Amino acid sequence: MALGSYTGKGARPVRNAPTRVLLHAIAILLAAAYLVPLAVVLLNSVRSAEEIAQTSMIGWPLAWAWGNYATAWSDFCIAQTCTGIQPYMLNSALVTVPATILSTLLGAVAGYAISLWRFPGHAWIFGLVTLGVFLPEQMRLIPWTIVLRDVGLSNTLTGLVAIHTIQGLSFTTLFCRNYYLSIPQDLIKAAKIDGAGFFRIFARIVLPLSPPILIVSTIWQFTGIWNEFLYGVTFTTGTQQPITAALIALTAAVADAPQYGVQSAAVVLAALPTLLVYLFGGRYFVRGLTAGAVK
Amino acid sequence: MAALAIRDVRKRFGTTEVLKGVGLEIENGEFTVIVGPSGCGKSTLLNIIAGLEKPTSGTVEIGGRIVDDVAPKDRDIAMVFQSYALYPSMTVRQNIVFGMECRNVPKPQRAEALARVARLLQIEPLLDRKPAQLSGGQRQRVAMGRALVRDPLLFLFDEPLSNLDAKLRVEMRMEIKQLHHRIGSTMVYVTHDQIEAMTMATRIAVMHQGEVQQFADPDTVYNRPANLFVAGFMGAPPMNIFSARVEATPNGVQATIGQGENAVALALPDTCKPHAGRAVMLGLRPDCIAEEHRRFGADAAGLTIEAPVEMSEPTGAETIVVLRIGGERALARVSPDTRPAAGSRARFSLDMRRVCLFDPGTGMLIA
Amino acid sequence: MRRIAEYVTIWVPLLLSAGHVVLFTAWTTWMSFTPSTLMPVSGWVGWRNYTAVLGTRNWSIAFDNLLLFGAGFVVLTALTGLGLAILLDQRIRGENVLRSVFLYPMAVSFVVTGTVWSWLLNPGMGVQKLVNGWGWTGFRFDWLIDRDMAIWTVVIAGIWQASGFAMALFLAGLRSVEGDLIKAAQIDGAGPIRLYTRVILPSLWPIAVAVFVILLQFAIKTFDLVRALTGGGPGLATQLPALVVYDFMFQRGHIGRGSAAAVLMLLTLLGVLLPYGAWKLYRQRRAARA
Repeated sequence: MALGSYTGKGARPVRNAPTRVLLHAIAILLAAAYLVPLAVVLLNSVRSAEEIAQTSMIGWPLAWAWGNYATAWSDFCIAQTCTGIQPYMLNSALVTVPATILSTLLGAVAGYAISLWRFPGHAWIFGLVTLGVFLPEQMRLIPWTIVLRDVGLSNTLTGLVAIHTIQGLSFTTLFCRNYYLSIPQDLIKAAKIDGAGFFRIFARIVLPLSPPILIVSTIWQFTGIWNEFLYGVTFTTGTQQPITAALIALTAAVADAPQYGVQSAAVVLAALPTLLVYLFGGRYFVRGLTAGAVK
Repeated sequence: MAALAIRDVRKRFGTTEVLKGVGLEIENGEFTVIVGPSGCGKSTLLNIIAGLEKPTSGTVEIGGRIVDDVAPKDRDIAMVFQSYALYPSMTVRQNIVFGMECRNVPKPQRAEALARVARLLQIEPLLDRKPAQLSGGQRQRVAMGRALVRDPLLFLFDEPLSNLDAKLRVEMRMEIKQLHHRIGSTMVYVTHDQIEAMTMATRIAVMHQGEVQQFADPDTVYNRPANLFVAGFMGAPPMNIFSARVEATPNGVQATIGQGENAVALALPDTCKPHAGRAVMLGLRPDCIAEEHRRFGADAAGLTIEAPVEMSEPTGAETIVVLRIGGERALARVSPDTRPAAGSRARFSLDMRRVCLFDPGTGMLIA
Repeated sequence: MRRIAEYVTIWVPLLLSAGHVVLFTAWTTWMSFTPSTLMPVSGWVGWRNYTAVLGTRNWSIAFDNLLLFGAGFVVLTALTGLGLAILLDQRIRGENVLRSVFLYPMAVSFVVTGTVWSWLLNPGMGVQKLVNGWGWTGFRFDWLIDRDMAIWTVVIAGIWQASGFAMALFLAGLRSVEGDLIKAAQIDGAGPIRLYTRVILPSLWPIAVAVFVILLQFAIKTFDLVRALTGGGPGLATQLPALVVYDFMFQRGHIGRGSAAAVLMLLTLLGVLLPYGAWKLYRQRRAARA
């Protein structure tokens, strides 16, 4: 083999043509394999239950049953309530959106206070906050149950918002703190000499530099909270449940007479918000994953 | 009245003492340069003056007022940072008026001050740009503008030129010096560059290991360094240091460098007489060793010696010769066309009026 | 006034965040030593909850499953991720699209993943039925209902969901290998295989350790995926510690034992994280000294 050339980042030796064709073929096959579950559920969402029962879960729709979506959205019965997944989707949105915004904003302030304002004790409190990234949810289930009961937020969306905001702070503070470490300390010194205080420095100097990390944090929190299941199923019941818990309830409800077409439509709808976020903000999503992981 | 008085300031980080009792008094209108190698505590001292760090003990007085419990913004100071610290999301204009905005200065006054400074520094065309769109030199100017617009009692500079390339650094050095002449404010300037210290300062404070080694005007620091550290730090190439013995002879006082056949005796000025019979460290600047026929001053006695040459380095403006005196290595600055060959012997004339004697134990200047 | 606002803004979120971690950990640990059943009660039963939990078949099977699932999931996901990363590192066209395809499962919830894979792997309607329908009637792919193999269905779904994430980390590592190092190896005459095995991969092992630790952490915390895919069955074949905790706390109404199981989970996690933390600290110190 001739000496390869190294051009640009990530480029490895240029090989001969057959090898490259083979590599591309493998890549395409693998990609197809990863797409199979998505394709299957998309196709099934427009197939009728009978058709699926006759053939299999995997197949091209013979008749396009678009009605599955309408049924899944507003008619389907889950545990005696025949409202479709619509109210549960709304629940998820009502929990996810405020908790995402709150945890991101508070995390930005906390990250700024730790990394740039450097109040006494900032190092150890940061250590404790990041422990929250690792602590298993199971360690917090009973305490949260009791706290929610005592403040009167049992089985409410507000309770879930509070939980996700406080727990999300571990991640958002970590993200923002690490990002803000790259802001030179001299900027803060200069602003202090100019007479700016804690809030003015945050609003005028730190915040305008923050959009990249705020996007990362927002996407991370949105995806994480929308997809969360354990708290949803533990702290809410019935029509207060978020969509993830409702999907499990739906599967259980139709165990005897599965409605795969409608169920698939429900799954597609439930996964849609985070898939859309991923589609449009994938770059930031990956950055959040790696930033949170490699820290 | 002193514009700035620092009294016995100490600073400790954990177990390391960064400042070990620093005292300085700086008069109104002075341009004081604090110079020293990295880690000597000079930037910590500047931060303490600005109020960005608290000293472990000691007091700071600005304009006759003790400011130990005064916030940086209320100390009537302005500071220029090494990194310039321009707010990246603001335009040049916003950067410059940010301080006035924080202090709620009325808008017309802001505009007036901005116009004055922009004219002074000739940055009017840059006002609507963001810092990222500026060159290094332009950023430097804007950082100066942000300091100037405050019209403070005291300007603080934290190595403001060290991020510039060599040519620009020389230009800005001159500009800052001219600026000082024009506005006559008190300035404290921290740098590790001894050339900046020599060229700009009215007084230099040389710092090392958390202590002020010498605080004097540039000529004194250069010609009469207070100790061996200052002698070695100020001047490039540094002062030649020899171990020598001082003896009184019938012909006057002399110093002997080296032993046996290498030994060289140099006549010393009469002022060295009290040290006869002592072992000393003898300091002689490279510019006090020149080619044979150089005349130092009008009344030069004209001491010349012959010495083995190790190497010649022509730099264009002069030639640096590495030679041995009494077996010890020394550097000489000779005229550019004098280029003695390596391995040869050549004659040099010495300017013994500017010799310095240091105590070999304490390293302090004794004569 | 301004000062107070400043302190409140700094400390309230931080204390809530740090405080709940410390307080809840202590609280649950304390409850694991009480006779709490349906409601938390005070009292002291010593290690009785722990011995009870450790004595149940439920827990011992769950823990065995975790060992099997953890090993299978972590090793196979990391290898798949590494393979994908090396593949994408070959100047493949459309790398961005491919990367997004391999990573999209990470944006989907475990509930959705579990549900979809439970359909695909269901022998009555998934892959097996499809192949049978093609005429190969003897084909069997029924791991989902096979007690011995069911745990591997969780592994398969887990790989599908997390391998793109491992790929992203490995790819970042591959891309940060110094260009000069690769040039030097090529001038030394190293072919592509040797280039990877001798030069590139050896510099990747700190990332590999990080990937292993993160995936192991996933494995220990796995709950939703199993709930949606197998519900822990058939029988106890896919029971995992996180499900046992939930089972004790909310299905059997034994908070004391559930808390003990949760603490055991935390200890398992610490068994992974503490050595990793110590190792990172050691490397930092060594780098600082060098």
